[in-house]
Amino acid sequence: MIAALLQAAPKSPVPLYVVGVYLLLLLGFSILNSRRARGSAGEYFVASRSIGPFLLLMSVFGTTMTAFALVGSTGKAYDSGIGVYGLMASASGIIHSLVFFLVGIRLWAIGKRFNYVTQIQFFRGRFQSDLLGYLLFPVLVGLVIPYLLIGIVGAGAVVKGIAGVPTWLTGLVVCGVVLSYILTGGVRAAALANAVQTIVFMLVGILAFTLISGSLGGLEQATQNVVDNTPQLLAREGEIGHLQFLSYCFVPLSVGMFPHLFQHWLTARSAKTFRTTVIAHPIFIMIVWVPCVLIGVWAAGAGVEAPGGNSNAVLAKMVGMQLKNPWVSGLLMAGILAAIMSSLDSQFVCLGTIFTHDIVVHVTGDRFDEAQRVTLGRVFIVAIVAVTYVLSLFPPPNVFDLAVWCFSGFASLFPLVVAAVYWRRATAAGAIASVLVAGGTWAALFYDGLLGPTLAGEKIGEDYLIGGMMPVTVMIAASTAALVVVSLLTRPPSGATVDRFFDEGSTNEG
Amino acid sequence: LALHYDNWGDRSVVFGFLPIGLLFQALISIGAAHIEEWADE
Repeated sequence: MIAALLQAAPKSPVPLYVVGVYLLLLLGFSILNSRRARGSAGEYFVASRSIGPFLLLMSVFGTTMTAFALVGSTGKAYDSGIGVYGLMASASGIIHSLVFFLVGIRLWAIGKRFNYVTQIQFFRGRFQSDLLGYLLFPVLVGLVIPYLLIGIVGAGAVVKGIAGVPTWLTGLVVCGVVLSYILTGGVRAAALANAVQTIVFMLVGILAFTLISGSLGGLEQATQNVVDNTPQLLAREGEIGHLQFLSYCFVPLSVGMFPHLFQHWLTARSAKTFRTTVIAHPIFIMIVWVPCVLIGVWAAGAGVEAPGGNSNAVLAKMVGMQLKNPWVSGLLMAGILAAIMSSLDSQFVCLGTIFTHDIVVHVTGDRFDEAQRVTLGRVFIVAIVAVTYVLSLFPPPNVFDLAVWCFSGFASLFPLVVAAVYWRRATAAGAIASVLVAGGTWAALFYDGLLGPTLAGEKIGEDYLIGGMMPVTVMIAASTAALVVVSLLTRPPSGATVDRFFDEGSTNEG
Repeated sequence: LALHYDNWGDRSVVFGFLPIGLLFQALISIGAAHIEEWADE
């Protein structure tokens, strides 16, 4: 596979040697470590709920930081300036940790107590509704698949930009490598690989920042170029609206409904395991995002033109233009692939888990034993990887624009998970209404803001806003209203259900 | 901290290379930095 990569590359093969060695080391490390694990379903799907603080931090952070964090952040800063950091990074540092603390720890406790493996199992149990499970299944899978596409297409774009390898081949290699280790070790292999990959992409981000600033004449000269040529990128005025900035804070609420993150939460050994993740997450975001945002504005200041008008290709172009050393380019390529694969692996495992538990096992009952469930999970994972790979061969024209719509879709379901863990009066009818309204609102706005203009052949330029606000604001308001109104108009959940999920042990106290 | 609203049109640069808006937001990131029994019949 790697030999095919080398033959297909018209540029220096050295970066591909570096990436090849990295991928082989990653594969060896993941497979070697995951083979030590026991082969039960509990091990394969939730790592026997035994993951410690460091691995949880690395797997949660690595999963949260996608291709968008490196490639998209640079491109967005190239377009909109340094305000992108406040818009997407520092807000996430506060809100992600808030969600981990207030929602993640509770879901971990409920998952452990009732032996849940997926989000849908929890919602079915909490609302005593099969219909809600069948409704959530296509919604969650439908939102994860574009998220996967962003990763595979992003990997292809980066490797093509730096080494000239065709995108179909990069997608095949990335899918093959990820598949190799998650088939062997499930969610534990994903967590171990994420730990390695998170360290790699953080170090590589710092390396890129140092080398690119050096190639531009040093930190001061790189910023002076921006002062001289594109000073508007040094502030938010004229680039980002006040309401847009404030309403963007709703987007990071999406982490509360990511099914792949839910699965990582369930792997925690104890509630205390979350402490490191809650505290370190904002700092880790800063370490990744500050360099990327600066590289983006420096590229604009240096007059670098976005290839084909696509600002998401700016990072690859900066690496290719500024860093003539192919070994360094190879390291940077490995780092970017690490960020991408550390999200893909968790998403693939989670979709396999959802198909196995929420459809097959739920419908057939105890027909399959533990070993058969693991086999089913593996079969589904292979099928999902194959489908996603084929879809990636026909990428939509605005694949990175899909990211914020994906996150907005998950965020629109956030009121549901908050009500499920904090509001006793929330009913199944209210939950179903909330999902339907969230889905309907999302679909209408998505068509108006992205799909319609794309089908009409229009170029997507400015952010799509409603009254100056991000569309996620409307989605969350609508789904919350539906949840509250319908819950209050319908019969409260049974006392047994309330007693099961709400008692004094599951509360916060000082 | 959720101060994050924050300098809107200030384009000044500190330490010779760091836009002040970015410095402030990085400081926000730095500033940001029974259930067990129940989970365990």
